[in-house]
Amino acid sequence: MSSNGALIRIEGLHKSFGPKKVLSGLELDIERGETMVVIGGSGTGKSVLLKHIIGLLKPDGGEVYVDGEAVSALDEKGLNRLRRRFGMLFQGAALFDSMNVEENVGFALTRHSMMSTAEIAERVAGCLEMVGMPGIQKLHPSELSGGMRKRVGLARAIALQPEIILYDEPTTGLDPIMADVINNLIVEMQERLKVTSIAITHDMVSAYKIADRIAMLYQGKIIETGTPDEIRNTSNRVVEQFIKGDSSGYQQGDSR
Amino acid sequence: MPGGIMDKLSDPQFILEHNILTVLLRRGLAYSTQLGEIVMLIRKSAVAIFRRPLDLALIVRQMEEVGYNSIPVVLITSLFTGMVFALNSYEGFHRFGAESLTGTVVGLAITRELAPVLTSLMVAGRAASAMAAEIGTMKVTEQIDALHTLATDPVKYLVVPRVLAGLVMVPILTAAADFVGIIGGYLVSVKLLGANPYVYVNATKSFIENWDIIGGLIKAAVFGFLLGIVGCYKGLTTEGGAEGVGKSTTGAVVIASMCVLIADFFLTKILLD
Ligand SMILES: Nc1ncnc2c1ncn2[C@@H]1O[C@H](COP(=O)(O)OP(=O)(O)O)[C@@H](O)[C@H]1O
Ligand SMILES: [Mg+2]
Repeated sequence: MSSNGALIRIEGLHKSFGPKKVLSGLELDIERGETMVVIGGSGTGKSVLLKHIIGLLKPDGGEVYVDGEAVSALDEKGLNRLRRRFGMLFQGAALFDSMNVEENVGFALTRHSMMSTAEIAERVAGCLEMVGMPGIQKLHPSELSGGMRKRVGLARAIALQPEIILYDEPTTGLDPIMADVINNLIVEMQERLKVTSIAITHDMVSAYKIADRIAMLYQGKIIETGTPDEIRNTSNRVVEQFIKGDSSGYQQGDSR
Repeated sequence: MPGGIMDKLSDPQFILEHNILTVLLRRGLAYSTQLGEIVMLIRKSAVAIFRRPLDLALIVRQMEEVGYNSIPVVLITSLFTGMVFALNSYEGFHRFGAESLTGTVVGLAITRELAPVLTSLMVAGRAASAMAAEIGTMKVTEQIDALHTLATDPVKYLVVPRVLAGLVMVPILTAAADFVGIIGGYLVSVKLLGANPYVYVNATKSFIENWDIIGGLIKAAVFGFLLGIVGCYKGLTTEGGAEGVGKSTTGAVVIASMCVLIADFFLTKILLD
């Protein structure tokens, strides 16, 4: 029930899909204003963890508290109220195919704010500028490259001026230059908007660049948490192997 | 699992899991689970219809998609059904000199049965599959999750407009199909087979009651609602990438068509009583 300081508190989170145990007693605190990066191999449950934080999945056991409020106990209305404090950038950006960039970025504003059409257009333009994509309002998602999509997805995530931004593999699938552009954007969001961020990734370059703290997810649990420097000099064999990309004897994350 | 077919056939575990009874039982269980989930989706959409905001633009777009875009295929289907039906009935009645009944029988069959059912089946093939494909694609590319995170209920945003469009447009299409089907029957009987036009029109007009037509339209409304729900349900439950979208799309057509035919029996029974 407590939130002593931490904005988001994850306690003993358990989640299985059928016989497959994905999270088994995961514990993690995220402080207000920090950027927490959760690292781990693919298929270890990083996306599943993010989806619990924003209430897209319900835990089998344990709880996520946001500002002391238990997420899984919220009804539809409570969840929608909570979700307006969040922005989420999906791995494939998840832009709505049926809408142009402007309608995508302005989606939540059109539906949930009292703003006029002109005010919305102005906010959308501002968000697109912030992600370095001004003037593309009338393009459709199918006309955008992967990196452009992610940036538009980020613009959509920040349109409601959230307090917390969740990033699902923000640099995966991008070339190193574009990945660096996105990393810089995440850092910039942090500095300009003073948000709390949680990013999940298996890209260590990105993790070191954006993180205040890094946590490693392995076999359903967080096995180590620390600053980038602490992680770099870890004494934990599993973490060391992961960050160095050494595959010898490495166990795939899912516990059997 | 390594090993040839002979190895498998001597494994009691394999026999237990793959005999026809177990498979049928499992299928049956899967279908009843789906049925339960569909009923839940109906409940959710019924609640969501009355929640603001009313997405009028979305509803109009779906009406265009379900209704307007189905006009050609529905009219052609119904024209030819009326024509074939007249051809067969005229031939049949001719055997005992009752050709004058053709107009009545064609009219009754079209308005009560053929127009609502065939229209619904055509719309199931066109629109329910499109719904499953569109929503299914949104599901596997996390656009449904994105809707949730943008504090928008997918049932309200996606399902309600499609179900309403089915509920309203399928009866309208059916009314058009009634008209065109009867015209088709008239053309074949009068122009091709040489029936007396006055007798034919009279047989159609005086023996077909309003209730025959209205009953058919009520059925059409129920079918339209059902195929909308099934198309959306298959879309929302899509798993497994592009392949999954393909499966949902064909599944939507099959299940929607079955629902239409099964519901048809019960509705006809109720309406006749
Ligand atoms: N909705 C779901 N249904 C069934 N299994 C799922 C679902 N979501 C995730 N999984 C499984 O959970 C595991 C972790 O997935 P995920 O969190 O996406 O991994 P990643 O760490 O790469 O983001 C995977 O094995 C995946 O198959
Ligand atoms: Mg993932």
